[in-house]
Amino acid sequence: MVATSLFLFFAIIAIIAGLGMLISRNPVTSALWLILAMCSIAGLYMTMNAAFIAVIQVLVYAGAIMVLFLFVIMLLNLSVRQKETRIGWNHVLGFVLGVVLLVQLVYVSASGPGEPSEIASMGSATAIARELFTRYALPFEIIGLLLLVATIGAVMLAQRKFK
Amino acid sequence: MEVALNWYLVLSGVLFAIGVAGVLFRSNVIVILMSVELMLNAVNLTLVAVSQSLGDISGQVLVFFVMAVAAAEAAVGLAIVIAIFRNKLTINISKIRLFRY
Repeated sequence: MVATSLFLFFAIIAIIAGLGMLISRNPVTSALWLILAMCSIAGLYMTMNAAFIAVIQVLVYAGAIMVLFLFVIMLLNLSVRQKETRIGWNHVLGFVLGVVLLVQLVYVSASGPGEPSEIASMGSATAIARELFTRYALPFEIIGLLLLVATIGAVMLAQRKFK
Repeated sequence: MEVALNWYLVLSGVLFAIGVAGVLFRSNVIVILMSVELMLNAVNLTLVAVSQSLGDISGQVLVFFVMAVAAAEAAVGLAIVIAIFRNKLTINISKIRLFRY
């Protein structure tokens, strides 16, 4: 019962924060809403006993990535978006496509088996590290290389003027 | 996991649809990148839920890799946004037409 109420609490916060990110006009406000959404998703990971992923979620997403977004927003010094009064055809089409996608996803995922499963209490840092450093050791090294390449690429792109 | 798997999947679908709507609606490139991050989060939620439900830890290792790729994507994407902003002085997606001429 506690798990269900926790799930509902975090799920409602996540959806409200996602909608707030969608409709807020200031990019900084959008970023703050997204940070709230990511923290509540971390809470959802905790309700699934995935403690390591929850901690990484807060550290990497809500910490590092969103601070990067906020830095860029403040670096560019953007003005607040003007209120859009006119609704074009692309807004209508986007809304219809989004609703169709939502209905499909909800229909497919709600039609599975609905009973709670028994298996729990895994997802600790020990269990993940055991897999990560034995079976997935090569992908782990490659992801380190990817991060290095991304760092170099970001520095090169941000400092050079291109035509 | 005491809550049914379906609930997590439905929540993940709703969050993914919000992200898609953000990509389709908004004209600010930074907000579009943030919507992509929200979609990645929705997929991560699905992976963790199914992983815990099946009792297979590999799904959470995959979530770890998705987070690393998302960090790389955010860094490179924001660097591209800064580079475009230097040239064009805008980040409105409908005013950036670099491929047109």
